[in-house]
Amino acid sequence: MAKSIVQEFTKGLWEELPPFRLVLGLCPVLGVTTSMENGLGMGVATTFVLACSNILVSLLRNIIPPKVRIACFIIIIASFVIVVEHLLQAYAYPLFLKLGVFIPLIVVNCIVLGRAEAFASKNGIASSTADGMGIGIGFTLSLGALGAFREILGKGSLTIWGDLGYNLTSVFPSFQPFEFMVQAPGAFIGLGLMLCAINAIGD
Amino acid sequence: MNEMIKMVVVLTILSSVSGGLLAAIHDGTAAQIENQQLKFVKGPAIKTILEGSANDPIVDRFKIVDGETELSFFVGKFNGKANTVAFEGFGKGYGGDIGVMIGINLDDDKLIGAAVTTHSETPGLGAKSKEDPSFSLQFKGLSVDENVKVTNDGGGINAISGATITSRAVCDAVAKSLASYKRLKPQLAEQIKAFEN
Repeated sequence: MAKSIVQEFTKGLWEELPPFRLVLGLCPVLGVTTSMENGLGMGVATTFVLACSNILVSLLRNIIPPKVRIACFIIIIASFVIVVEHLLQAYAYPLFLKLGVFIPLIVVNCIVLGRAEAFASKNGIASSTADGMGIGIGFTLSLGALGAFREILGKGSLTIWGDLGYNLTSVFPSFQPFEFMVQAPGAFIGLGLMLCAINAIGD
Repeated sequence: MNEMIKMVVVLTILSSVSGGLLAAIHDGTAAQIENQQLKFVKGPAIKTILEGSANDPIVDRFKIVDGETELSFFVGKFNGKANTVAFEGFGKGYGGDIGVMIGINLDDDKLIGAAVTTHSETPGLGAKSKEDPSFSLQFKGLSVDENVKVTNDGGGINAISGATITSRAVCDAVAKSLASYKRLKPQLAEQIKAFEN
């Protein structure tokens, strides 16, 4: 029944793709995907927290008493979130400003706690690491894709780390940006359309 | 009973280790974060407040230890005279500390401007304290002896609608800064002479 390490890793990329398959952690998915850069940044931050907390929870799984396990998981997760917050402030300040409150909110992201509770607390370090990385990278790619989708339609541009921006309106002068897509309701529409597409492709 | 002790021990150890780790991270990144904030947040705020100064206020700065805190002062030169300082104060906002940079002219003891630097207020409500210039413009020209409060509390500052707590925090930050300015003025006047040339 046990899956191989590779399978644990790849399931996060398609089979259990977090926002589209598990439909978990939608708050940051809807909130930060106004551009591809924001989406990818948020995804990388979440991946770091997810992988680190999975490793630590898995290491400590036989020490943590079951009755206080959630409190222990939250301490571990919250510590890594603060680490990420400090690192972003120190080395990627503009991104930190854009992501704002969504970075501290990784603490309550159900994917992170969900993986700690459902997977890492029951499995070994190797498969927990693979699981965390896989789910995290799947999450990053999903956020990047949704961010890119919304940004292209909503602003007619695609920004990757600032200056590497690509402006569609200069290539197709008749393209009118559909600003609705970068506003909050556009997030729901964008997510819905992508969910449709993923379901249509199926397993 | 045994289980109880185990729970307490595990939680205590976990909390202490994570506390220690976070303190280390905090200390390790503090200098770098200060640089980044100077570059991306305080820099623009200082430039807005000290607009038209002949020097670069971010280069011309000095520090004074006030009680337990260390304050950074940024010097602005106007009409060939180093007579203005900008510095930051903090107030407790809705989502944490709000930093407010204020500029004071030492010659006539008047505020030449105020600008919100760092905050974690609600977008669209409290965050307006930074984005909406009409709010911070109210501080311009106030005397340092002014009782800086929102109108609800008997002061003269119109609060941002829907963001009274934020507005109060900004006023509080300015009032605290004014108090430390009055306390430190002799030292400031002394230090600022170094930038005269």
